[in-house]
Amino acid sequence: MTAMIELANAEKTFTMHLQGGVELPVVRGVSFHADPGECVVLSGPSGAGKSSILKMIFGNYRCDSGRIGIRHHGKVIDLATAEPRQVLSIRRSTIGYVSQFLRAVPRVATIDVVAEPLIVNGVAREEARERAGKLLRRLNIPERLWSLPPSTFSGGEQQRVNIARGFISDLPILLLDEPTASLDAANRAVVVELIAEKKTRGVAMVAIVHDDEIRHLIADRIVDVTSFAAAA
Amino acid sequence: MSELSSPDNDQPLLVAEGLAKNYGRLPACRDVSFALYPGEVLAIVGESGSGKSTLLQLLSAQLAPSAGRVSYRMRDGVLRDLAELGEAERRFLFRTDWGFVHQDPAQGLRMGVSAGANVSERLMAVGWNHYGRIRDTASTWLDRVEIDVGRIDDAPKTYSGGMRQRLQIARNLVTEPRLVFMDEPTGGLDVSVQARLLDLMRNLVSELGLAAIVVTHDLAVARLLSHRVMVMKGGRVIETGLTDQVLDDPREPYTQLLVSSILPP
Repeated sequence: MTAMIELANAEKTFTMHLQGGVELPVVRGVSFHADPGECVVLSGPSGAGKSSILKMIFGNYRCDSGRIGIRHHGKVIDLATAEPRQVLSIRRSTIGYVSQFLRAVPRVATIDVVAEPLIVNGVAREEARERAGKLLRRLNIPERLWSLPPSTFSGGEQQRVNIARGFISDLPILLLDEPTASLDAANRAVVVELIAEKKTRGVAMVAIVHDDEIRHLIADRIVDVTSFAAAA
Repeated sequence: MSELSSPDNDQPLLVAEGLAKNYGRLPACRDVSFALYPGEVLAIVGESGSGKSTLLQLLSAQLAPSAGRVSYRMRDGVLRDLAELGEAERRFLFRTDWGFVHQDPAQGLRMGVSAGANVSERLMAVGWNHYGRIRDTASTWLDRVEIDVGRIDDAPKTYSGGMRQRLQIARNLVTEPRLVFMDEPTGGLDVSVQARLLDLMRNLVSELGLAAIVVTHDLAVARLLSHRVMVMKGGRVIETGLTDQVLDDPREPYTQLLVSSILPP
């Protein structure tokens, strides 16, 4: 396979032991793929399981059955059965995840929050900070804020810091969970541009976007999640 | 940090096989097996009485197991059964290659002697004898754990709880250990002091590429510090996996109860 991501019959159910063992089916029969340079957008109403699918691809939610093939260092690894160490390695050098909310580390300066994914992959601190600065500038985060921890920023500013952190890396797969949710028009346009640049570099992306206009601008293919709904 | 550049990372640093400990007829720890790799941080979570502290003592050779064994890869690359080490090798582990951070700093520090002496002691135990170099290294470490170097000659009994805990960390890390055991390292500290300590530990662990085994009942500590987590109940490991996976998608009834018992901030 040449796809970067290939899901086949992936399935997820939550068993709520504290509610008397209620089974909450989330998705089943999830099958789709993403090629290099392609942005696949998941569509469907709230609660259809879009975010759960992204979390399964990232290894944050476990996959009960089926397969989640990820191309990692030239080999395909099934994330559904991978060892924790393999998942960590995949997260370090293959899959990036841009969530809606920043889980900020207390006391770390914004510029270092953004530069960290590069440093972890061996880029020199100075170069990493320089690239972080460029991205923060593009996303209209004023330079006077760079040395402050982002925990005190507004929601929109935090989201832009999070986007910078997600887009700075050279990872071949990006998962985007509503990357434009609380941004103004100018910053939404920057994100659309960043996504286009990632495509030209061959990055495979899976995204959730509710805004029809943005979806139209970034999607190469739309996968309707409704067909995977597992309502029992 | 880059695991690709380090060939050692494909071999475990510490391996537990079928570990068990009974106190009389009471099983405190049952059939625990896992492997810890260099640079990996493992959290052991569970309530008091779940067996997590007993397990930590077994893993760090402070307690002999009733069954099973713990092996550790010595610096020569050979995996050795801890029960079969000679006295000199044990001393090397305890004084140099391992650190042990206790919940109560008074257990891990000498409260009556100066902070500088507390940090230097482990260096002298491994043969350092140049006073100037020892003092420089001690100063560097105090600075790294954010203790004012001007306090180097004060005894830790004059320090606050958070400072004592940071001093204990400096004392442990000064010999550049490869593995650190931590028993409730943030227990008994104010929340603001905890956050600072956690942030400091997180940075040191990643800068130094340390492997660590952290016992905690606080899931927030596990989330911030660890890569992997083992959940214990009644002396058994009932669930294990990537930390964010176990905490965001807990499978076992007991783990779901633990996770749902966290108060939202």
